[in-house]
Amino acid sequence: MKHLLSANDLTRENAIEILDTAIEMAGVNDREIKKLPTLRGKTVVNLFFEDSTRTRISFEVAAKRLSADVINFAAKGSSVSKGESLKDTAQTLEAMGADAVVIRHYASGAAHTLAHSGWVNGSVINAGDGTHEHPSQALLDAFTLRKAVNQDAAGAGLDGLSVAIVGDIAHSRVARSNLTLLKTLGAKVHLVAPATLLPKGLTDKADSYSYSLDETIDSVDLDAIMMLRVQSERMNASFFPSEREYARIWGLNQDRLARLGENTFIMHPGPMNRGLEIDARSADSRRSLILDQVANGVSIRMAIMYHLLAGGAE
Amino acid sequence: METRTVLSASDIDRAVTRIAHEILESNHGVSDLVILGIPTRGAVLAKRIVSVITRNENVEESQLLGQLDITMYRDDLALNPTRPVGVTHIPNDGIDDKVVVLVDDVLFSGRTIRAALDALNDFGRPKAVQLAVLVDRGHRELPIRADFVGKNLPTAREERIRVHLTESDEQNQVVIEG
Repeated sequence: MKHLLSANDLTRENAIEILDTAIEMAGVNDREIKKLPTLRGKTVVNLFFEDSTRTRISFEVAAKRLSADVINFAAKGSSVSKGESLKDTAQTLEAMGADAVVIRHYASGAAHTLAHSGWVNGSVINAGDGTHEHPSQALLDAFTLRKAVNQDAAGAGLDGLSVAIVGDIAHSRVARSNLTLLKTLGAKVHLVAPATLLPKGLTDKADSYSYSLDETIDSVDLDAIMMLRVQSERMNASFFPSEREYARIWGLNQDRLARLGENTFIMHPGPMNRGLEIDARSADSRRSLILDQVANGVSIRMAIMYHLLAGGAE
Repeated sequence: METRTVLSASDIDRAVTRIAHEILESNHGVSDLVILGIPTRGAVLAKRIVSVITRNENVEESQLLGQLDITMYRDDLALNPTRPVGVTHIPNDGIDDKVVVLVDDVLFSGRTIRAALDALNDFGRPKAVQLAVLVDRGHRELPIRADFVGKNLPTAREERIRVHLTESDEQNQVVIEG
């Protein structure tokens, strides 16, 4: 595997191998000396055209823990704000000898373009492209869930688990990648969203879909519920009447938390709009894996970089 | 391809038992001892050595036995397709000021052991590091030697040594192919 552009790039074997490697990487992160020499001499460029805290920092920490050199490039404050194109930016980075480019871009397909254009020779890792894909997030969600359900998880998939993805699915690259990867690993996926935010192409891939969160909670025995952020910055039309109405009908609150099974884990890719798609008590509850998701980000990204960058030609 | 058995199942058992006793003898018992196998077959041999030791000394397996995966410390990572990463487990007391005995199946170029020494560095500072191997086949490329050897086997460089252990390969024997 040279690039990680989409959750579709991952076979079940690839995905499980990355999850298993991440277990060992997590072990490294618990050590006093949190460093491996594995990627010494390699250069990783973080190319971020869109704001990010968690993803950018965890990619940076992951690359540094594997001893790679890291160059951080944010579009703000660079020549991009003077009108430089993705192509020219990429060629500049190529001239500096980047072995891998981690790219986040507001345009869907930007990572694919970069990987297949011939502008760069190194690996391309998609850290979120528009409303399209965010495969490293899907891997870390799968890793977090697998560990929560089964502590001795090495080698296992997510077979038989039932997961609901709830909220702004139309604008969510996390939902797209998670839907694909969860299915690849054998889980059943249920999509829940307002009708305006649930695209037809995705409902076909899911095991079921519904416009009512209450109906799904009452009719499906869920192992996990993934709440998505309402992406106001991508909404240029009225998809629902008001935030209050959204929170009342599709938000996770005390009443719904109580009706979920005792064993239903709560997940959210962050950043959260507390009080909108999830209330504070649900986010901070005992069953919430939200902080584990953040903590696992570094381990999973180390595993991804190991698999893409450490080996030579096949 | 010609195949020749050089160690039988009982030869392996005797070698493991002898190595276990030699480790105890040269370290005057089990205090401060940690035995780390290098996956996959080194880890199997380490477990066998420790089971001989626990039969003779008043010590639990969990205090003594660990395993050290060296994949991410290899110097030839970039020359081969990506390798799967193995499990690393260090006993709870760590390796600081302990005598660490590394266990591997075959000692050849010495590069695996070089990687293991680098890996140990990241876990702490042992008082001493010793090396136990089932087979020493020569052809060292680094100044490394074993303290405890099951059998010295002079080989030609192009021959291959295969170690089969029941835990991973259904039978116990060491063969030379070449």
